[in-house]
Parts: sequence; structure tokens; C-alpha cells
Amino acid sequence: MEIISAENLHFTYPGDDEEALHGLNFEISKGQFVAILGRNGSGKSTLAKMFNGILLPSEGKVTVCGMDTSAEENILPIRRQVGMVFQNPDNQIVAGVVEDDVAFAPENLGVPPEEIRERVDRALKLVNMYEYREHAPHLLSGGQKQRVAIAGVLAMEPDVIVLDEPTAMLDPQGRQEVVGTVTRLCREQGITVILITHHMAECVDADRLMIMDEGRITADGSPAEVFSRVELLKKEGLTVPASTYVVHKLNAAGFSLPLSALTPEACAQAIAGALLPCGGEK
Amino acid sequence: MADIKVEALRHVYSEGTPFERVAIEDISVEIPAGQFVGIIGHTGSGKSTFIQHLNGLLQPSAGTVTLGGQNIFETKKITHNIRFRVGLVFQYPEYQLFEETVYKDISFGPKNMGLDEKEIDAHVRRAAAFTGISENLFEDSPLELSGGQKRRVAIAGVIAMEPEVLILDEPTAGLDPEGCRQILENICTYKRETGATVILVSHSMDDMAKLADRLVVFNQGHIAMDGTPKEIFSHPEDLFSIGLSVPESTKIALELKHRGVDLGGPVYTDDQLVEAVLRYDRRAKA
Amino acid sequence: MKSVTLGQYFPGDSLIHRLDPRTKLLWVIIYIVALFAALDWYSYGVMMAVTAAFLISSKVKFRVIMQGLRPLIIIIILTAVLNMFYTDGTPVLPGWPITWEGIKKAVLMILRIIMLIAGTFLLTYTTSPIMLTDGMELLNAPLKKLHFPVHETALMMSMALRFIPTLTEETNKIMSAQRARGADFDTGNIIQRAKAMIPILVPLFVSSFRRADELAVAMESRCYHGGEGRTRLKQLHYAPRDWIALGFGAVLLAGMFTMRHFGL
Repeated sequence: MEIISAENLHFTYPGDDEEALHGLNFEISKGQFVAILGRNGSGKSTLAKMFNGILLPSEGKVTVCGMDTSAEENILPIRRQVGMVFQNPDNQIVAGVVEDDVAFAPENLGVPPEEIRERVDRALKLVNMYEYREHAPHLLSGGQKQRVAIAGVLAMEPDVIVLDEPTAMLDPQGRQEVVGTVTRLCREQGITVILITHHMAECVDADRLMIMDEGRITADGSPAEVFSRVELLKKEGLTVPASTYVVHKLNAAGFSLPLSALTPEACAQAIAGALLPCGGEK
Repeated sequence: MADIKVEALRHVYSEGTPFERVAIEDISVEIPAGQFVGIIGHTGSGKSTFIQHLNGLLQPSAGTVTLGGQNIFETKKITHNIRFRVGLVFQYPEYQLFEETVYKDISFGPKNMGLDEKEIDAHVRRAAAFTGISENLFEDSPLELSGGQKRRVAIAGVIAMEPEVLILDEPTAGLDPEGCRQILENICTYKRETGATVILVSHSMDDMAKLADRLVVFNQGHIAMDGTPKEIFSHPEDLFSIGLSVPESTKIALELKHRGVDLGGPVYTDDQLVEAVLRYDRRAKA
Repeated sequence: MKSVTLGQYFPGDSLIHRLDPRTKLLWVIIYIVALFAALDWYSYGVMMAVTAAFLISSKVKFRVIMQGLRPLIIIIILTAVLNMFYTDGTPVLPGWPITWEGIKKAVLMILRIIMLIAGTFLLTYTTSPIMLTDGMELLNAPLKKLHFPVHETALMMSMALRFIPTLTEETNKIMSAQRARGADFDTGNIIQRAKAMIPILVPLFVSSFRRADELAVAMESRCYHGGEGRTRLKQLHYAPRDWIALGFGAVLLAGMFTMRHFGL
């Protein structure tokens, strides 16, 4: 069942001559982990803002949970269903205490106080930040701040979470915390996750990978399918995971390894299988 | 060109207050002129504090820093002028851009050096060339450029002082792969053409493995490891134990070893890995 | 610059922490009025006892309070010295410009400033910004009838408090970055120094606007649509302790004005 769909989606920023999105068509199924990859300026952040009506299509339409984003009265119900997490953690935390920040959305929605308390506690526990509930956000690490931001949207009990380059300003540890958290939310809570990024390694666990360039979707499929198109990705100014690169190079030298090996483990498994007579089983 | 010598460096933040915190301690390291040094470590391991001592921005609580035998903290004047010889590019340097035009912004450093008009112009043009900024952009506002261009203008602002030591704190943070590649290429060009020492702080083990002559690993305010990438990455367990990682290719080689394929010798770049696998294959077939 | 304690909140569970923010706000007003009503040693003694009682029951470390005073030391010393010299009366030694009256005035002045700062800082130390602004919003609620933007003002204040540490950190970063390019903020005359601030102020403004922009989008994404129909995680309720605290406040005020009447 699809939860978000775009039909002939065009968008031009006011005052710009060039279109930022050139007629996109796609559907996103409920409960999936979708990664969107593209270089800076490829239109992926513009697309993200379409999902909760921060930006509205110039032409075509976006439907979220059956609601058209262009209809004024749908905006609030849509925003409740689609939580957004942005790149800079400092610029999305509104309160000086972690739990007050997480409470911000349910407060806006007019949820009764006792229920807000429950939602805040549950959201903080889901991102493993419950023990920090009384801390000041500015003293937390980048990864912790982003997890607070995720808790802040979880408190709306959304069906979809859209993350717009949430790891761009984080160190490797913070990146792992954030990607691990959203992967878990998708797998265990059944929340649809749309992760926008330019780190290849963050996409390998996704169910589906879409590549954007110059306002168009240039590739769409499972990560293994998409990453196997090494030449296309290079042309788009992107790279592939090291494992894919190695497999690609080895295949060029006469090996025939599967391009679905995206992680070091899978890659090693495949190479060992080719090198060892017994197939590399331990 | 001058060598850097750091001896028994220690820095304490907010000394004598309830917020007192020892950031680095017992740091001794020598960096010969012209070396490409990579600094790795966790956020908060003290690496940012360390590099700010090398150009005199932070005063040590104890210990000394010398550049070509000269103590850089000897007088205020020396400390101030050392900044022109040791250029430091902070994280997200585009946030420091302030002038109306790209040209003026790049010329801020050279102007502070007290150079004359002609020299300033030459410095700006050379810096722009190093960082791949077209002279057509000189009269544009730096604030209207793309993210990658802004970053390069900001780096040009430091390179324009033509420092003999160039320090960069995560210069590629937040950029897409193409943006990262360009910046790293710019840095290498500067190093190649001027013979400058480069000190690069980065979280990307893959970049470090490819670029650095030497890696210095920081952990909890101390230097935990110091050696060539080959040496450092042949002890992955030591890196893992302080919560750091190794290049992807090293990970794959480790996994292969687990599975009974010993490629022999350390592997830390993708191409090395491909080579090693092909070599193993040839040997196995022979 | 994590040592900036202005407007910071130290979580805790002391009696002072648990008081309703409205009570604390009213108490700060009472406290300030009482402090300015204090005239001589006796009334100052009462105020010092009250201040000490607050500090002790708040369990905020004394060192932290002193930390907050630090940036103001120069102002305190300056006013004290001026008072010593510019008060008429009996000279300490014949021919000296310092008078006994001046010394007394200076001491009282220092005490007053320290108590004023300690008292108001205690409010922000023991009250989370959200509670503080909620309290203000509720206290100001009657002004809504006069079309005064009560909710918006409160929101603005809490945002300002929230962003003080972020912006201080950013200012330091920009200053370091410009210093690394040879900027000099410490020498030259006033005009040169003011000019030297441009490379700090421009980036700071640019980034503040960017922050404001992003923050607005983030707030809208979290369903912010003005104060209408909002609920609160933390409801404010007057407890018996609040009425007792306010009762004490009334007694303090009455007492101070009586003492003032008798010149104590």
C-alpha cells in the first residue's frame, strides 16, 4: 500500500527560471526504508519539503496518506503524519531542556498533558535518550541532538519520518547512532523512513534507493541494483561503497562476483568464495 | 620552510573555575617541513585544541611550540605573525565569509599581513587558482555561491596568506563526494606546488589512508598512536579499542582473513585490495 | 565559553526548584522592591538573611553564583570606589578625600548589587526556561484582552534563552577563524576596534538569519500554528507552598517598609 505518491511533480522556486523538480512520478510503500541519494543541488532537499507541504508543487500533485498537500485544510493533518528531521540539529531544537523540546509538537497539536507526558517518555526511550530528558540540548553531542530531534517528531506518532541529510554535520559515531535509530524505527515500529543523504554507506540497509540528479530521478531500485551501475553513479558525481568498487574492479579483471555485495562482510564472503576451493564457508 | 616541534603541551580550559577541563596533556610531536600529517580521533579527543596551538590561537597551559626553532609564544608580536606562516582552516569555514565580494574576502588575510596592493592582488589570484575559483566569480557575493564554492573561497582566504604550514579541520565535512574530491585535490595541489606542510584533521579513514604520509591518533587528550598509514592500519584492533575505525578496504581484508584468505601485508586503499586479491589469485593458480 | 551562566538552568529538586514559576517571578519583584527599600544595616541584615536562606534552600553551589558575578566585578568595584570619594562627611584621616559615610555607602552598595544579582540569577538557575516563560505568559494573560501578543512574547523570550549558548559558541568560532586570518581585535583606537568587529558581526548576522529561517521551517513541520489550542506538558498549579511563599513575601515587604519608616 502506498503512503506517499507524486504525480507529474514540477516545482520552480519563486523568482527562479530553472525548474528545481522536473515532473517526478513515484510511489512510496508503507513501512519501507527508502534512501534518496544525490549530489548537492540535485533537488533532493526540495523534494523532502514536498512531503509535508512546506513547499507545494507548481504543477502536478503530492498525496500523503490519501491527502493532497495542496489543500490548505490538509496541511496540519499531513504534518502530523510526516515528521521531518533536518540537517543542523541546533536549528531545529526549540527548547532549552530535552523533554520540553520533545513535547513541542504534541503541545501544538493540543494533546492533553498526561498524554504528552506518555508520548514524550516513549519517544525518548525509542531513541535511547530517556536518561537525558532533563539535560540542556546544547551540551549534547551531535548524534544525541539528532536523536532528540527524531524523538521530537516521534512524539507526533507519525506514519512517516523524512530525514533531510541528518548526518551531514555528524562524526562517524553520530552518523551510526542516527542511521541505526531510524533503521530500528522502520523495522520494529513499522514507520516509513525516507532518508536523504550523500553517504553511500548509509543506504546499504535501505529497501529502496532512489538517485536524484538535476531535479530528476535517474535510478530507482534496491541498493544492490542501483550500486551495480557504477558508471552512472560516477557520472552523477557520486561514489559507490568501497565493496562495490572492489567487486567492480575484480570483475573487470576476470572475476564474476555478485554486485549485491555492499558491506565488507558480504564482499569478503564473495571474494573468499571465488578464491577458496571450498567456497569460503567457515 | 621550517619544522614544527611540540613539547610536553598541555591545555586546560576555564582553569580555576568549576568548569575546568584538561583538553590535552603530555603532547610531544615533531613535524618536519613538507610532511602530510593526518590527525584522527573522536570528537572531544583534543585534536581541535591541539591544532589551535600550532598557529598561536590558544596559549598552552604548559609546554612549548616552536616553528623553525622559534618559540611561537615568545612575544605577542611573534604569536600574531605566526598566523601568517601557519594557516588554519576551521570546520565549516564558509561561516566566516563576510565581505561583499569574493575578491575582497580572499584578500582579508593578505591585507592583515600588511602587503601592498600589488602583492595582495598576486596572492589573491594565486589562491584562487589553487582552489579552482574562476576569476569571473571575483566580483560576486560570496554568500550567493553554492556550498562547495563557498567552502573553496573560504579555504582560499587562508591559502592567500601563502602559509608554509596549512592546517585544515575537517575541510570536507557536509560536502557531497564530488565536493570532497575537489577540496582534497586543491589541498594536494597547494602542497605539491609550494612544498608546504599539511596537517589534515578528518574522520574519513579512507581519505587519510590515501593522502597522509603519517597519521597521529588522538584519544582522550593524548597521542595514542603515531606512524605511517601502513603502520597504523596494520593494528586495527588498537584503533577499534579506542572506538575508531579503519578504511573499508582494511575491513574487507580483515573479513577475508577470518575466512581463511590471508592477503599478506597491510591493505588500506581500495586499489591495494584489488591488487592483493589478484596477486593471491595468481599465486593460488600457480 | 561553556562557563557563561547567565540565563542557564541547573536542574534540581529543591524547594525553590519546585515553586511555581509565577510565585518565583512575583517573589523576584517583591525581593527587588524590598532591596531598594532597605536603608541601613538592620534592613540589609534582614535582606542578607533572606538571600542566604534562598541560596541554601536552592542547593545551587555557591561557586556557581560567584561565577555569575564575575563579569560584573569591575562595575561593582567602580561604583563602590566612586561612592567612597563622592560622599560628604567625616574624613577617615584629616585631609583625606575618603569619608566614613562614603565607605558605609560603598559597602551597602556592593551588598545591594550582589544580592540583586544573586537573587535574579537564582530565578533562572532554578527555573527551566520553558517554566519561566510559561509563568510569564500566564501572569501576563490579562494583557491579552488589550491585544498584547502574550504568547508570542513568551515564545520569543524562551527562544532567546535557548539560543544564548549556541550564539556565544558561534561568536567564539567566528572570532577564532578571523584571528587565524590575522584579524586583530585588541589593538587600535575605538574606531579601528569597531571596524575590526565587522568580520565578526556580518557572519553572525548571516548565520542568525539562516538559523531563524531553518528554525521556522522546523517549527512549522512540528505543527506549530500559533498559541491557539496549545496544551502544555508541564501544567502550572499553585500548591500550598506557593501561598506560604507569597505570604512570606508580603510579610517581608511590610517589614522592610516599616523599618524604612523608622530609619533602620
